[in-house]
Amino acid sequence: MREVSYYPGCSLHGTAREYDESIQAVASLLHIRLHELENWTCCGASSAHCTDEALALALAARNLAIAERSDRELLVPCVACYHRFKVVEREAKEHPQNRTILYRGNVSIRYALDFFCEGSTLEELKTKLVKPLTGLKAVCYYGCLTVRPPKLTSIEDYENPQHMDRLLEVLGAEVLPWSYKTDCCGASLVVTRTDLVRKLSQRLLSMAREAEADCIVTGCTMCQANLDTRQEGLKRDAGGKFNLPVLYFTELIGLALGHKDVKKWLSRHITDPVRVLRAKGLV
Amino acid sequence: MSQNEPVIPKENSFLAEIVQASGETLQVCYQCQKCSAGCPLGDAMDLLPNQVLRHIQYDHREKVLGSKTIWICASCYTCSVRCPNDIDIARIMDTLRHMAIRSGITPGEKDIPVFHSVFLDEIKSRGRIHELSLILKFKSKTRDFLKDTGIGWKMFRLGKIRLLPSTFSGGKEIKEIFNSFEKGKNR
Ligand code: SF4
Ligand code: SF4
Repeated sequence: MREVSYYPGCSLHGTAREYDESIQAVASLLHIRLHELENWTCCGASSAHCTDEALALALAARNLAIAERSDRELLVPCVACYHRFKVVEREAKEHPQNRTILYRGNVSIRYALDFFCEGSTLEELKTKLVKPLTGLKAVCYYGCLTVRPPKLTSIEDYENPQHMDRLLEVLGAEVLPWSYKTDCCGASLVVTRTDLVRKLSQRLLSMAREAEADCIVTGCTMCQANLDTRQEGLKRDAGGKFNLPVLYFTELIGLALGHKDVKKWLSRHITDPVRVLRAKGLV
Repeated sequence: MSQNEPVIPKENSFLAEIVQASGETLQVCYQCQKCSAGCPLGDAMDLLPNQVLRHIQYDHREKVLGSKTIWICASCYTCSVRCPNDIDIARIMDTLRHMAIRSGITPGEKDIPVFHSVFLDEIKSRGRIHELSLILKFKSKTRDFLKDTGIGWKMFRLGKIRLLPSTFSGGKEIKEIFNSFEKGKNR
């Protein structure tokens, strides 16, 4: 049993519930025990770092200080939280005398996608494959903070990342090339400037459709929400329906490993993924 | 200061403040515009990222802190990773937002700073973000109740929106963090 601390973050308790459920399920299939951080609080997200430097550091650092009480690595599924934690880590290392943060920089902070794309995990997945995703054409949508800035993420091929591609290939899917792997979806502007997010989403969806993808796969809660929820409304501007399900990579791991709860996760999507998966004989 | 260190003209306090707060040597920007070419939100900005840096070099405080750009920037870091001079433009945008909030200059975008302050109020009172109350509070401040209600209702049916916030008990620490933030603001 691998013992890992877990910081779900706010959206996994809300709109990204199927991401939380599928991570928990996949972890248990891989004999990983998740210990949710006791009394975790919001990392501050973009609103804190857009408002005040010290406040942003303190809100995120509070959680890392809790994680630091144990020597387990910390699994973080939301890339916005992950980014804020890595910023605090940089601050803790560069300015150990900074008193606004109570974290000393000793936790190994792991973003969920990087964590499940480790070489040894990929090997294990190969041996546990029950239902290879044969015939499923997917584009990998990494988004921004999953790869940028590389000084924090340590992702070397940040303009054309490959790790999610490799993971989906191991699961048996057909991964299609496209040029929008790391383009921005507009993130939290969706609440305040919905018009801009519609434009960016429409471009991403059109490009995925042009690549002839059956689905878009991501590990980012904001990308998932922005692309999944707006397809109906974009129909007219885009000249026809998209019907492109946007899946979390953990849902696809669960599907390929034959987890019993897959249908429950899939039922939480706005753009229905079941139809396309059924056509491929996968559900 | 070494001989090669870029100079900050004495009369440009705006530039000096930004260099100090962001730690970025933005004087070395030579206006190649690579940052702006890759910016996904450039169309919606009143100043392109390279123009923001130019205006800072010219000490145009009001123009920059009152721009739409600093609020529309989504912190995607595309500009930062492509700058040939290794200027972290996204980080400078953060610094500019911090300065804009303290400056009292009317923001170029009305709703975005309101959203951030509602978001922080939510953390202050609950420790975590409860999406439903965040959206309701934001809408009550901006009086934009009708936008997106269809999507909200669908999400609710699918179990994506919970009626009750999850509970936590770190309230005291969170209050302390906000207290020192508010003290800092009044300094
Ligand atoms: S990419 Fe860098 S050097 Fe070029 S204009 Fe932008 S900030 Fe200046
Ligand atoms: S970080 Fe901001 S300014 Fe830079 S490319 Fe992204 S949206 Fe544009």
